[in-house]
Amino acid sequence: MTAPALLAPVLLGALIGLDVVSFPQIMISRPIVAATLAGAVAGDIAAGLLAGAVLELMAMETLPVGASRYPEWGSAAVVAGTLAAVRAEPRSGALVVAVFAGIATAWAGGWSMYALRRLNGIWAERMQPALAAGSWRAVVGLQLRGLTADLVRAALLTLVALVIWRPIDAWLLSRWSLDLVVSHSILVAIAAAAAASAIWRLGHGATGARWYLLGGLAAGVVFAVLQ
Amino acid sequence: MTGPQSSPPPLAWRLRAAMFTRLFAIQGSWNYESMLGNGIGFAAEPALRALPGGRGGTAYRVALARESDYFNAHPYLASVAVGALVRAELDGQPPAHIERFRNAMCGPLGSLGDRLVWAGWLPLTALIALLAYGMGAGPLTVMLLFLVLYNIGHVGLRAWGIHNGWHGGLHVAAVLGHPVLRQAPLYIGRAVLFLLGAVLPLVIRRVLVSAGDTPIVAGSGSSGGITAAIAALIGAVVLSGIFVRLHGRVEGWRAAIVALAALILYSMAR
Repeated sequence: MTAPALLAPVLLGALIGLDVVSFPQIMISRPIVAATLAGAVAGDIAAGLLAGAVLELMAMETLPVGASRYPEWGSAAVVAGTLAAVRAEPRSGALVVAVFAGIATAWAGGWSMYALRRLNGIWAERMQPALAAGSWRAVVGLQLRGLTADLVRAALLTLVALVIWRPIDAWLLSRWSLDLVVSHSILVAIAAAAAASAIWRLGHGATGARWYLLGGLAAGVVFAVLQ
Repeated sequence: MTGPQSSPPPLAWRLRAAMFTRLFAIQGSWNYESMLGNGIGFAAEPALRALPGGRGGTAYRVALARESDYFNAHPYLASVAVGALVRAELDGQPPAHIERFRNAMCGPLGSLGDRLVWAGWLPLTALIALLAYGMGAGPLTVMLLFLVLYNIGHVGLRAWGIHNGWHGGLHVAAVLGHPVLRQAPLYIGRAVLFLLGAVLPLVIRRVLVSAGDTPIVAGSGSSGGITAAIAALIGAVVLSGIFVRLHGRVEGWRAAIVALAALILYSMAR
């Protein structure tokens, strides 16, 4: 990708990465939105949505609970959506590699958020005397510094991931031997299993949990057959 | 705690709007030491200017320092704390009572928000969007459906929180025991399980048989696609059983990345 072509996804990745925790948490950072937007920016919104739907299943497991370290799916979904959408026509393995790159970026993004939180802590400690004195400049300044740092973090993460993954993506796809249907079947089975196990762990304690799940499955199968 | 508080004076619209807007950036400087603390001070700051002496006065500075200290809660339900703390500061409640309230609210606001939003509303709305995707909805419909539905709950919860926090003051804890808040996670949990079951075959079918406007299998509804969809669904059920048993040792996304790496290597080596 050329530098100008990288600009739009990097800006999108920055804004979407900011949404994950810092501002405004309206969930444009969920993969089903972020990857679709990235697909639209890269010229193939349908491919972005496809990557977003698969990643959304994978991301079901992640509860962004307070101090826990978790994958950063926002910028990662921009990377996956961009990789899925940049080629002119669907290619066997393209979705698998895009989703794989997305998960790897989400994992790296989790570490980058951890580093940012440590940095915020260092800044807060340095500003402690002013904060303890009730300085509004310190309170507002610390908040704005954290927001800006998160924006930069997400932009850098998206940029580095796209620079690394674009050539790897092309190289892997040039050697891909599996059929499109087989590739997508295995991918979607893995993603669906990740979602199912995550939701089951959350809700299996509820009375009749098994029956709600089986009822939904039956309804889904019937509707899929009728479609 | 103090005795029952009287009806509060109305919170000026501009002040309410300023605090509400700042709530969206409440986690802007989240860190492992003070966690959400600075964000609470940041969101409460516009209202604290109404303290005697105004911005820079002793009362303002003491209150802002107190409100910017350690605090942790769910980011959406932190609005309850912000509303209550601002009311307490403007009412001139004793500092010890405010400190005690801050310490007492962290746990309930965190656990209720986690169950209600992260483990309930978010998966529910995401699954509704995936259901729409599985039923053939287009990209804009899927995105907007999710964003509108999710944010009705999200923005509504923040607005509800600041309103009830302001009206309840240091006695706002009673509001958190509302039957809707206590029962909602249970009902949402059941709906999530049902939706999950419905979503899986539909999403698998759509990924395999067609991808929106771009057919990925020769012809929508081809026998190859349907066979693959059935195989993928059975594979997903078997794999999810393995993932559930692996819980505590490895997360699903970690297992997924290993499985995908193996798939890529296999396809390259073949």
